[in-house]
Amino acid sequence: MKVVATRPQSLTNAKFHYCPGCTHGIIHRLIAECIDELDQRENSIGICPVGCAVLAYEYFNLDMLEAAHGRAPAIATGIKRILPDRCVFTYQGDGDLASIGMGEIVHASARGEKISVIFVNNTLYGMTGGQMAPTTLIGQVTTTSPYGRTVEQAGYPIKMAELLAQNEGSAYIARTAVNTPANVVKTKKAIKKALQTQMNNKGFSMVEILSTCPTNWGLNPIDALKWLEENMIPNYPLGEFKVKEE
Amino acid sequence: MAKGRVRFHTERCKACELCVHFCPRKILGVDMDTINLLGYHPVKVNLPENCNGCGICALMCPDLVIEVERD
Amino acid sequence: MKGNEAVAEGAIRAGCKGFFGYPITPSSEIAEYMARKYPKIGGIFLQAESELAAINMVYGGAATGVRVMTASSGPGISLKQEGISFIAEAELPCLIVNISRGGPGLGGIQPAQSDYFQATRGGGHGDYHIIVLAPASVQEMMDFAIDAFELADKYRIPVMIMAEGTLGQMMEPVIPRKMVTEFVDKPWATTGCRGRQPNIINTLHLTPESLEKRNIHLFSKYAEIKAKESRAETFLLDDAELVVVAFGLMARVVKKAIMEVRRKGVKAGLIRPITLWPFPEEYIKRTIKTAKIFLSVEINMGQMLEDIKLVVNGEVPVDFYGRIGVNPNPEEIAEQLLRVAEREGI
Ligand SMILES: Cc1ncc(C[n+]2csc(CCOP(=O)(O)OP(=O)(O)O)c2C)c(N)n1
Ligand code: SF4
Ligand code: SF4
Ligand code: SF4
Repeated sequence: MKVVATRPQSLTNAKFHYCPGCTHGIIHRLIAECIDELDQRENSIGICPVGCAVLAYEYFNLDMLEAAHGRAPAIATGIKRILPDRCVFTYQGDGDLASIGMGEIVHASARGEKISVIFVNNTLYGMTGGQMAPTTLIGQVTTTSPYGRTVEQAGYPIKMAELLAQNEGSAYIARTAVNTPANVVKTKKAIKKALQTQMNNKGFSMVEILSTCPTNWGLNPIDALKWLEENMIPNYPLGEFKVKEE
Repeated sequence: MAKGRVRFHTERCKACELCVHFCPRKILGVDMDTINLLGYHPVKVNLPENCNGCGICALMCPDLVIEVERD
Repeated sequence: MKGNEAVAEGAIRAGCKGFFGYPITPSSEIAEYMARKYPKIGGIFLQAESELAAINMVYGGAATGVRVMTASSGPGISLKQEGISFIAEAELPCLIVNISRGGPGLGGIQPAQSDYFQATRGGGHGDYHIIVLAPASVQEMMDFAIDAFELADKYRIPVMIMAEGTLGQMMEPVIPRKMVTEFVDKPWATTGCRGRQPNIINTLHLTPESLEKRNIHLFSKYAEIKAKESRAETFLLDDAELVVVAFGLMARVVKKAIMEVRRKGVKAGLIRPITLWPFPEEYIKRTIKTAKIFLSVEINMGQMLEDIKLVVNGEVPVDFYGRIGVNPNPEEIAEQLLRVAEREGI
């Protein structure tokens, strides 16, 4: 018998604290599998956000730091500049990356900082109880857009992958989703490509991953995947937005 | 048909049923007779002999409950 | 050389390998010096997009176990406070230089010591302290940069050098210090876990027990620093009845004023705190018996004054003289000393 699926080395044995069916867990596993397959566990340094993934330092079996809200790309920059041969990645939510940390992410990308960013877009602030995020869809109900997000009041959702792809320093930018087995496989490929982009010194890399928050969406985990497919993907198209060769 | 075997770390299962939903052979289900330490009815395999070892259940499981082997 | 250049050169000689900063007058020469020097000697200079980013780059750099620093002033130091709180909690050694200016708000680049409270009370959220050194000469700008990194590594604590803008701009001859070549081991650094268990640097404590334990740990470290590292300079203190307390460049002006009034028979002396945190309480305490009055002279509205009052605890009067935006000259201070001496019958 050949092993098809088992726990990757780059994860600890700790049980995730995420809600049932929350796809943060799938994304953690994919990152760990990629790090294993690239044999980078002992060479990697990860930085977790403030958000539901704040405890990710307990889950990744490698050197980890925990950042202030939104500042992970600056911390990653400090590490990478001092230790350029290490594999440095951040894991960030949409509040963390696209709201409070907008300055840090845009400039890390513009500088072509050789780090890999895993950006989990679940359209709202999970950890603090489901408030509106910059990525919240028009019409979407959250605790701070109780009548649905309106353009008049809150403007338009931010499309980070498209935004960062414009920066010359960005070498690999993709948007994927984890709503189906096929998309999970594609997400893993994109994460691996992002890490390889870093290892080949090409520049900044980010994978924006459309993810679910069944708890704050008020849906069961399977319906949440359907909601993602029907509402998020039309607004946040999947694909590679920047692939720098050479 | 390929033959597979699934094993569950049931103490980690949160009964989200993503594996149940995506298993192409529809052989998984929650075990209503058991409650794990997290307080959920964990998943079990109802028809082990029908498993083809495709690994889709483990691919979709957010909590690393499932290990899959194939011939 | 200039004070700002001396502190930068001192940091390089301390083995500092990374500078992350954002320009602000009157500190920018430090960044400019590093931008010139580091490419030639294999250090990292990076102009960050903001002070928020700069201090977090310092967080990352310090986490690798390498000596790193930042420099700023007033509004920039305020922005760094979020990061300083995290760095203090995570116990990462680093150097923060504050070439201070007057506030509040944008204030102005005129000389001021208005950031005393911010520096000595931690500055950001939570219970914590950082070590604060106040140089009074260009030589000390260089010397304290080296001391700062030694203290930072020894106690795993951020250290701030706080100097008035005037000192940053001042030119004085400096005897260069030798390169530091011996460094402490940092087995806690996050450098990739090859051949060891993973290291984690975090500041989150979810249970009340662990949060309290953490704070107790930090404060036992602070107690040790207080006991061992409080530093001050004294001048003509033995028979002093009028004890002036002043720090930084201000203390040099006060010295001249003291010599002036001594010629007129007034027994005045000086305590110059070198560590603003820990505040050199013992020096004040030892003087309470002989002093008739303490006079705090600051370029602010009276901040260190409160620390002096806490130590003196009502046993003798504590008076204050302050200006803001200007460095008072020795004559002006002497006039004040004479006024106080006459009033107190000294
Ligand atoms: C400076 C600061 N402001 C606000 C917060 C409160 N806060 C914690 S997590 C969070 C939002 C997290 O949302 P997101 O980044 O989308 O991640 P998710 O929880 O959805 O995974 C906020 C606002 C904080 N910790 N720090
Ligand atoms: S609140 Fe939402 S994002 Fe956070 S763990 Fe629960 S489901 Fe996941
Ligand atoms: S390996 Fe495939 S067939 Fe077997 S239980 Fe899992 S999903 Fe079903
Ligand atoms: S996907 Fe995992 S956690 Fe969810 S029910 Fe199946 S085994 Fe349990």
